[in-house]
Amino acid sequence: MLKDITVGQYYPSDSPIHRLDPRTKLVITFLFIITIFFVRYYSGYIFVLAFMALTVALSRIPIRYILKGLRPLIFIILLTFFINVFFTPGETLLFSFWFLRVTEEGLRQGLFMGLRLIFLVTGTSLLTLTTSPIALTDGIELLLKPLRLIRFPSHELAMMMTIALRFIPTLLEETDKIMKAQMARGADFESGNLIQRAKSLVPLLVPLFISAFRRADELAMAMEARCYRGGDNRTRMKVLTMGRIDFAAYVVTAALIASVLLNTYL
Amino acid sequence: MEPIIQVKNVYYNYANQEGEHAAALNGVSLTLYKGEFVAIIGHNGSGKSTLAKHFNALLQPVSGDVFVKGMNTREDDQVWNIRQTAGMVFQNPDNQMVATIVEEDVAFGPENLALPPDEIRRRVDQALLSVNMVEYAQSAPHFLSGGQKQRIAIAGVIAMRPEIIILDEPTAMLDPSGRKEVMDTIRYLNEQEGITIVHITHFMEEAILADRVIVMEEGKIVLDGPPREVFSHVSMLKQIGLDVPQIVELAHGLNEEGWSIPGNPMNIEEMVNILCR
Repeated sequence: MLKDITVGQYYPSDSPIHRLDPRTKLVITFLFIITIFFVRYYSGYIFVLAFMALTVALSRIPIRYILKGLRPLIFIILLTFFINVFFTPGETLLFSFWFLRVTEEGLRQGLFMGLRLIFLVTGTSLLTLTTSPIALTDGIELLLKPLRLIRFPSHELAMMMTIALRFIPTLLEETDKIMKAQMARGADFESGNLIQRAKSLVPLLVPLFISAFRRADELAMAMEARCYRGGDNRTRMKVLTMGRIDFAAYVVTAALIASVLLNTYL
Repeated sequence: MEPIIQVKNVYYNYANQEGEHAAALNGVSLTLYKGEFVAIIGHNGSGKSTLAKHFNALLQPVSGDVFVKGMNTREDDQVWNIRQTAGMVFQNPDNQMVATIVEEDVAFGPENLALPPDEIRRRVDQALLSVNMVEYAQSAPHFLSGGQKQRIAIAGVIAMRPEIIILDEPTAMLDPSGRKEVMDTIRYLNEQEGITIVHITHFMEEAILADRVIVMEEGKIVLDGPPREVFSHVSMLKQIGLDVPQIVELAHGLNEEGWSIPGNPMNIEEMVNILCR
C-alpha cells in the first residue's frame, strides 16, 4: 500500500549516533565532505575508513543498509572509474586493447576517484539514516537562524519542509484514489507511447492540483486559527541541546581532519 | 449567566465571481453564555459556518460587531487573544494538522503562544489525556482513523487553554464510530472542564445532545432554544429543508394520526416511557 512508504531512509534506533544533536550531524557531515576532497594519497583513506567504521559501528545500522544506498549510484561510480582508468595519461602501460590504453597511473586514479565517491555517498547517507526528517528540519532551521540577519527566511523554509513531509502521505493516498476513480471511468494510464502516457496523466494531475490548493487554503486558515503568525515570537516544545556526546563527536571529527591534512601536506 | 460571545446585528457578504455580493449573514444578533453547549444547525449556505468564523475573528463583519469576552473582533491588536480564547476545529481532519508527529501537532498552538518549553510539554500531555489519545503521542497522523485525527485536532485546541471551542462540522467526514468518539469528547470537555462549546452540525442526533439549538436559514436565526422546544416546530424545520431526529419525527407522526404523545420525547428511552404508561 502507498501508506507504508517512508520519507527518506531513516533507520530508527537509539544509538549514540542517533542521539547526537542534528546540528552536530549536519556540521560534521559537511566537514566530512570537505575533508574527503583533501585526501591526496591512498594512505589518507585509512583515516576516513577508520572514521566511517567507528561511526557505523556506533550507529548499529546493518552494513547492508548502508551499502543499499550505493545501489542507485553504481552506474555513476563505475563511469567515474572507467573514465579515469582510460583517460589518465601515464607511462607504465599494463595492457592495451584497440584504442584503449590501461596504464598503472590510470588504474590508480580510477580506484582513487571511485573510493572518493563511495565515501561521499555512504558518509552522507549515514546522516539521513540516523536522523529523522523532523530532527533534520529542526537542525537546518537552527543552523540557518543567524542568516535571519540578512533576511533569510529560515523559519519559513523549515515550516515548508515540515508541511511538505506531513502532506506527502496524504497526497499519495489522494493520487491513488483519483487514479482508481479515473480508471473506473475508463482512463488508461498504462498503455501507449511516452507522449500518450504523459497525456493520460492530465485527468490525474488536474484534480490533484485543485485539491492540493484547497488543502493549502484550509490549512492556512487552521494555522491562523491556532495563532500562527510566522517564526518571530515562537517557542518550541522540544529544545535541541548539545551535550558531552556532541563534544566527543566534534573531537573525533577534528582528529580525522587533522590526520588527513597531515597525511596530505607532510 | 455570564455572556461570553455577543453578536450584535451582524451583516456579512461574500463577493462572487461577477463581483456581486451574496449575503451570508443578514442581521444576526445572538448572545452565548459561559459553559453552554450550543448546536447550530441549518442546511448548506444558511450562513452557519460564516457565523462561526466570526466567533474567532477569521472573518470580520461588514457591519455590526462581535465581542468575544468583551474584545471586539474588529480590533487588530486583540485578534490573537480572541483566537486563543475561542479555538476552532474544522471539518477535514487532514487539512488542519501541521506536524508529522501527533504530539508535535498538539504543541503547535502553544508554541505559537511563545510559552516556555516545559509549560508546552505539560499542556500537550494534559490535552492528550483529555481526548484520551496519550498512547498515540508518537504516531504519525496518517496512521490514525478519522475520529482519532479529529480528537487530535481538538487536543491541539485544548492545549491553548481556550474558554470556547467552535467546531465547524467536525463529524461530517467521519464514520458513525468516529462521530461517537468526537461527540463523547466534546461532551466530556463541556461537562467536566466547563468549556463553552459551539457545535455546527447537520446531524440532528448530535444537536439533541446540546443545551441550546440555534437554527439558521438564509443568514438569519429562525429558531433558538433548548432542543425540546426547537424540535417541537417539526413542520417549520421541514419547510426549510431540515430533518428532525427520528424519535421526534415518530412522535410527530403519531400525534398527527390522533395518538397523543405528550412532552416532545427526545430519545428512545423517553419515547418508551411515554408509550408504556
